[in-house]
Amino acid sequence: MNEKIISLTCGIIFGIGLVISGMTNPSKVISFLSITYNWDASLIFVMGGAIIVTAPLFYLLRNNKNSLLGNEFTFPKKTGINFKLIFGSILFGTGWGLVGLCPGPSVSSIAVFNPLTLIFLISMILGILLNKYL
Amino acid sequence: MYNFTPIPSLIGGIIIGISVVIFFYTTGRLAGISGIFANTILNKKNRISNLLFLIGLVIGPLFYFNISKVQINFEITNSIILIFIAGFLVGLGTRMSGGCTSGHGICGISRFSIRSIVATITFIASGVVTVFILQNFGVHL
Repeated sequence: MNEKIISLTCGIIFGIGLVISGMTNPSKVISFLSITYNWDASLIFVMGGAIIVTAPLFYLLRNNKNSLLGNEFTFPKKTGINFKLIFGSILFGTGWGLVGLCPGPSVSSIAVFNPLTLIFLISMILGILLNKYL
Repeated sequence: MYNFTPIPSLIGGIIIGISVVIFFYTTGRLAGISGIFANTILNKKNRISNLLFLIGLVIGPLFYFNISKVQINFEITNSIILIFIAGFLVGLGTRMSGGCTSGHGICGISRFSIRSIVATITFIASGVVTVFILQNFGVHL
């Protein structure tokens, strides 16, 4: 199987998962972050559900070097906790809390044809470019 | 608890996990969406394959809607300025910290990466504080 077909298929599966989980709805994400008012803990179940599938695989493959397509398994090289990790996470969390969209759902929400998501995507690209040239 | 949907959320999460697993096992790459998104723009390597993943993210919900006929709920603030600032912070922040909800929150945590656990706690805490402050200014979504 070709890597491109796999990427498209995995994107489709991921997108179906996102929409079933409810995380494509910004107001549901805000309800998760709103712990003092009408808290909705559903997002914990999304992350939990994903992790119970992924954690055993990462464990089983810990000694393997190459993937099915023969590529080397790539892991993030950085290990330490530094200023950029913390500060970047604070910025991301702030943006996430402002409207309830993170990168995956912001792309998936193109499917609802709401022009507001395009504004989000354009400004997200600007943020990515700023980081690149910072 | 308001609008609590543990079962669909768990099922959705498992499906997301299956996607991450297939993608990693076959391509050897981690399915962190902020990374895939940024690399589509900035990196020639795997560009087509990354773009196809993003296209899949859009096709998935459309496909689900066509099969199930369940309306996709999408409620978002109507403040363009808020959306613009949020998108910018999400783009900058995820690239600075090297991951988002999927990259750190799912892939990282399931590899027991301390870096990702710290990042996830930090962005959730920061999101909670942001929502709390907005609500104290009377902004409820």
